[in-house]
Amino acid sequence: MHELGIANSVLEAVKTEMGRHPGTYPCKVGVRIGEMAAIDPESLRFCFEVIIQDTDLESLELGIEVCPRRHRCRVCGNDFIVRDYDSRCPQCASLETTCISGDELELAYLEVEEYGPSTVGAKSSQ
Amino acid sequence: MDRVPLERKVLSENDRIAAELRVRFQEHGIFCLNLISSPGSGKTSLLERTLEALPRHDRVAVLTGDIQTENDANRLKRFHFRVKQITTGGTCHLDARMIERHLADWKLEDLDLLLIENVGNLVCPASYDLGEAAKVVVLSVTEGDDKPLKYPSIFFKSDLLVLNKIDLLPYVPFDIDAAADNARKVHPGMEIVKVSCLTRSGLHEWMMWLGQRRRAHKPLAQDTASG
Repeated sequence: MHELGIANSVLEAVKTEMGRHPGTYPCKVGVRIGEMAAIDPESLRFCFEVIIQDTDLESLELGIEVCPRRHRCRVCGNDFIVRDYDSRCPQCASLETTCISGDELELAYLEVEEYGPSTVGAKSSQ
Repeated sequence: MDRVPLERKVLSENDRIAAELRVRFQEHGIFCLNLISSPGSGKTSLLERTLEALPRHDRVAVLTGDIQTENDANRLKRFHFRVKQITTGGTCHLDARMIERHLADWKLEDLDLLLIENVGNLVCPASYDLGEAAKVVVLSVTEGDDKPLKYPSIFFKSDLLVLNKIDLLPYVPFDIDAAADNARKVHPGMEIVKVSCLTRSGLHEWMMWLGQRRRAHKPLAQDTASG
């Protein structure tokens, strides 16, 4: 239910970042979402599409990378993906494991394109 | 096409304010808890029993969040501690800016314990850091014992699970051992207390947990205060 707020934060971050790249326009913004982050990727995508509709960022694409929950074993040092909530180390069967990732809600990258002769008219028509 | 790395949190503005709040709480020796549950699991009842059990001179404040109404604040004001309602007007969670704004009228040096009751919701509050020392999740036995598996994020991020309404166990098909197992599947080693806010059963364990965590939090605060 809070994906609209998250989508707005992503869009705000894009606008702020674009101030550092004059002469370009944004094509794609990439986010990383951990599976424990309580964010539904499809809902986020829907909200993002709604808020860019009929704006000059309408063509901006949202790239979502879903990150699994990873644990590290404190006994043997093995890093592994936790499936079905089973946080036991698959290598040595220890239960002494620590979560190292899986609750990401991060901006990863922004892809920008320079305005060319064919895009100038389309993008600056306001 | 150029790819610019961003590498920062989506909620960096919320996290920045939450980090500032956390520093202020530490400077003033305030232990802050963020209580989260579905609507109707008993967050307000747990706060009522908690405030009732705390000594009158204790320096306690409560911020209670709801989408509408001052009902919870009115329930909690009876105990003569500082209480303020946060009405979000539709937002399904509290964020750090709301906490900052609603703390503005209080002197932090007058407080030792800040209890925040989040909006009833097991999903969205998990994403918003409020500067708390710990999150506490409340689950009642009239809900499903598989809820920790359905809403893993909040059980994963909370230090303590309060299983509430245990007086109703004879009348509902809730398997309390399965609920505890499910919570510990998501969050190995999670601490659990079983309470009834109606009969007051188990509340001693909750108050013990709260007291221990407050004491454990204290040394850092005293160091900071004297420095």
